Amino acid sequence: MTARSIAWMAALGAAALAGYSGLAGGLRPAESEAWASRTVYACDQRKAVIVEGVRADEKLPPAKAQRVADLLTDLMRYCNEEITATIALNETITVEANGRVFHDYVPGGPLPIAKASFGEPTAREEQIWKAELDKLVAEGDRLFHSDEIGTNGVACAMCHPHASNTHPESYPKFQTQLKKVALLRDMVNWCILNPLEGLELAENDPKLKALEAYILAQRRGVALDAGKH
Amino acid sequence: MAINLTPKELERELRERSSDAERLIRSLQNCDRRHFLKVTARFAAMVAAAGVIQPQSFQLVNVAHAQPVPGEKPEALFRFAYISDSHLFARGMTHRFAKGLLKAVDDVNALDPQPDFVLYGGDLAQLGRADELELGQQILSGLKAPVRMMVGEHDWFLDMGVKWREMFGPDVYSFDHKGVHFVVLNSVQEKDFWTAKGYTPEQRMNIVAGLDDARQSRFEVGEEQRDWLAKDLAKVDKKTPLVVFSHSPLYKYYEPWNFWTDDAEQVQALLFPFQTVTVIHGHTHQLLTNRIKNISFHGMLSTAWPWPYAPQGLPEYTVQMFRPDPFNQFDGLGDGTADVLPGGVVNKHYSLWNRNPRTVTYADLAGNTLAGPRGHAGPSY
Repeated sequence: MTARSIAWMAALGAAALAGYSGLAGGLRPAESEAWASRTVYACDQRKAVIVEGVRADEKLPPAKAQRVADLLTDLMRYCNEEITATIALNETITVEANGRVFHDYVPGGPLPIAKASFGEPTAREEQIWKAELDKLVAEGDRLFHSDEIGTNGVACAMCHPHASNTHPESYPKFQTQLKKVALLRDMVNWCILNPLEGLELAENDPKLKALEAYILAQRRGVALDAGKH
Repeated sequence: MAINLTPKELERELRERSSDAERLIRSLQNCDRRHFLKVTARFAAMVAAAGVIQPQSFQLVNVAHAQPVPGEKPEALFRFAYISDSHLFARGMTHRFAKGLLKAVDDVNALDPQPDFVLYGGDLAQLGRADELELGQQILSGLKAPVRMMVGEHDWFLDMGVKWREMFGPDVYSFDHKGVHFVVLNSVQEKDFWTAKGYTPEQRMNIVAGLDDARQSRFEVGEEQRDWLAKDLAKVDKKTPLVVFSHSPLYKYYEPWNFWTDDAEQVQALLFPFQTVTVIHGHTHQLLTNRIKNISFHGMLSTAWPWPYAPQGLPEYTVQMFRPDPFNQFDGLGDGTADVLPGGVVNKHYSLWNRNPRTVTYADLAGNTLAGPRGHAGPSY
C-alpha cells in the first residue's frame, strides 16, 4: 500500500467520523427533526442502525421498528463484522463496514464482506477457503511423499499410504515407546529422526505444519479420540 | 542406559563396548545353524552381562522362527522358502533396507534342512536402478539354496524390465519340481499412463513407486501373458498341483493401493480347472490369506517395511496381525517358508522377525476354520 493511498484512506475515515459523530449518540442539539436520530444496537453490540428523524428518547413507530429489526437481523449474517447502517429520512439505507460505505443497500443484498463463520458462505468464499486449505495440504502431500525431509531415501508415505496408520485422531496420548504424552507432531518428528534419518523439524516449521495438515486432512469425518491406543 | 534400543543402536553400542562383540557380530554372517545358536547364546549372555538389555528381551535374534511348527505333520514332500519386497536403495550394506535383506538371507541360510529353493517375490529394487538391482543380486548371492526370481513393479518401470531381465532372465516362466507345476508371472503390467503425459522413465518409475499415487494404472497380467499361461497350462494334467507366484495378489483387495490385479478373474478362470492351486504373492507386506473356490492365496512378508491393512476389501480368511511397532525396525517384517504336502497342498509359514511365527495350513483354509470374528477388531488403518 502506498503512502498516498494510506493518506487518502485516513482522510476518508476522518470524513466518515465527522459525518457520524453527531448522529450516533444523538447528543447534538435537535435544531430540527431532520437532525434527530436514534441508534439501535444488535445483541452482539457490533451492528448498529441509526434511524434519522427520530429523537434519542423517542419510541420508534411500529413499522419503523420492524424495519430496524429486519435490517439488524440481516446484518447479523456478517458475524464478526462491525457494521453501521443508517436509515435516512427518505428510507434509503447506507451501510458502513470495513471502512467502506455502500449506498442504497437493500436488505438481503450482497455486501463484499466475508461472512466468516456465520450464515451461508457464498460459493466464491468457499472456493477461496478451499483453495487456501488445499494449497497447504498439497504441500504436506508433496513432503509426505518426498525423500527430502530425510537423508536415506525413505519417505513417510512408504509406510503410510494415504497417511494410513497414522491415526492422528488418537493424539494426544501416552506414547508408550517414548514414555511420555505425545502429540501427532512428536511422532512426525520421531519418524523423521529415525526411519528417515533426518533432522527434527522445529515446532513452527512450515513443513511440519504442512505435514500435519496433510495427515489430518486424510482423516476428515473421523471422530477425535484422544488417548486411544 | 535405556533398555529400548533399536537393533541399530544396540549394534553400535556393542561395537563400541568391545572388540569381541565386533568379532561376534561379524561372525553372525554366514554361519550354519548350530554355530548360529551357539553364537546367539553367547551374544545374549554377553549382552546381558553388559547390562545393555534384559535377556528375556533378546528374543529379537530368535533362531527358532525358521523351524517347523510344533505338532505339524513332518511328511512334507518338500519345502521352499521366500524372501520378498526388499526395496533396496543403492546406499550400501548399512542402509536399513539392505540390513533387512541381509537378515532374511541369514535367516533362510539357517534353515535346516535347507529349502529346495528360495523364491524372491519381487521389488528387489526401490526405483528400478541398475545399482539397486546389483546390490540386491550381491546380497542374494549369499543364499545357499538356489533362487527363483520374480519381478515387482519397483524393479520394472524405470526401463520396463530391461536391466532386470538381463540380470535374472525371463520375467515369466514355469518349471516343474517334484511333481508340482510352478508358474512365475509378471502381474505388475500397467496400461500406458506415461506417453500421453510425456513422463520421463524416472517420473514413470516414481509414480508407480508411490503406492497411493493415483496417476498410475492398475496392475494386470495382460492378454499376452494370459495367452502364454493358457498354453503353458494346456500341457499340464489337471491333477497336477499348481503353485503360482505373482507379485500382486491375483484377486481384488484394494484398488487405490494396487492391492489388486485388474484381470484377476480371467487369470483365476485359467486356474480353476486344476484340482489344487496355490497362489503366493508379494506386494502387500502383511499377513494375508484368501481362498476363492479351489485357489488358496498367501501373501509374503516384506524385509523393508510393513503395510497396514487397507481400509476395505480385506479377505475374511485373513487373521490380522496387530499393527507393527514403528520403534522396532524389524517388527512386522520377515521371510518365510512353504511346505508342499502330499497332494500338492501348501502349508504357509510366516517367519516374523519380532513376533511369534504364524502358520496358515491348508487344512485351516479348506476347512474354513479361519472364518469368523478375529482377535483384533478392524484394520489398523
